[in-house]
Amino acid sequence: METTDADRHLDGNAAGGMLAEVFRFEATTVIVTCAGCGAAGPMAELLLYGHGMGQILRCAGCDTAVVRVARVRDRHWLDLRGARSLQIGGGQ
Amino acid sequence: MGQGFVSRGFRGRRRPDAEVADRIPPGQYLTRDFPVLSAGPTPRTALDRWDFVVRGDVEAPRRWTWDEFRALPSETVTKDIHCVTKWSKIDTVWEGVSVDTLLDGLETSADYLIAHCDGGYTTNLPLEDVTGGKAWVVFGYDGDALEPEHGGPARLLVPHLYFWKSAKWVRGLELVGEDSPGFWESLGYNNYGDPWLEQRYAGD
Repeated sequence: METTDADRHLDGNAAGGMLAEVFRFEATTVIVTCAGCGAAGPMAELLLYGHGMGQILRCAGCDTAVVRVARVRDRHWLDLRGARSLQIGGGQ
Repeated sequence: MGQGFVSRGFRGRRRPDAEVADRIPPGQYLTRDFPVLSAGPTPRTALDRWDFVVRGDVEAPRRWTWDEFRALPSETVTKDIHCVTKWSKIDTVWEGVSVDTLLDGLETSADYLIAHCDGGYTTNLPLEDVTGGKAWVVFGYDGDALEPEHGGPARLLVPHLYFWKSAKWVRGLELVGEDSPGFWESLGYNNYGDPWLEQRYAGD
């Protein structure tokens, strides 16, 4: 039987269990790799620029905005495009 | 005598606020200070290494050194400015080059531009919002050189939109056919940012 694209993926809700395991952590101890220069270290070692419009966490080595968070009414917007990866858990 | 003096003083303080009330957009308050909001370290590009570029959907990019840029016709403009964090400041005096001058005679089919800045900051604007005497690249504030904390040596000034569109440390304008959200526009802030319509956040 022919398979279609629709057969090859599930609704994102199906990832709920896995995502709940991933997004349950003390964020400051997460090891983050900077997408700008590749440096890796605990999120707590990023430099925070507290700004009236949002919080910007920058790489101490290359100033890349690694983590950006803005509170927009009752939601937080999170942008991680400056992070190549996050290492979560593992007894940090 | 004393009563008359107090009365005049009282009116003297109140009248300016009443007169400017219709210049303050909804949800904003008037400030006399000039708050500094920066999302990163203050870049300090030496003027002999500074340049300004117009590129993207253009036949040939245009580039000015600092000296060339300063030799362009400039003008002094007095504008009210409105920050999305709710402060407004009236009658701010700027000196700079009109974006009309920078784009003069340019052939482009672009409808939008992205302002690029030292430090990686970007903001996006419709081309029609920076042409027709609506935007400047300013290097002077209140009679002095624009301080680095306020975006010097040069920043964009687009006073009819929220002030995050007036990008500090601007180094170039990229003309593009398709709109693309900038630093704050991609983090929940409004794509256009009209203070009179209180377009603070996405969906406003």
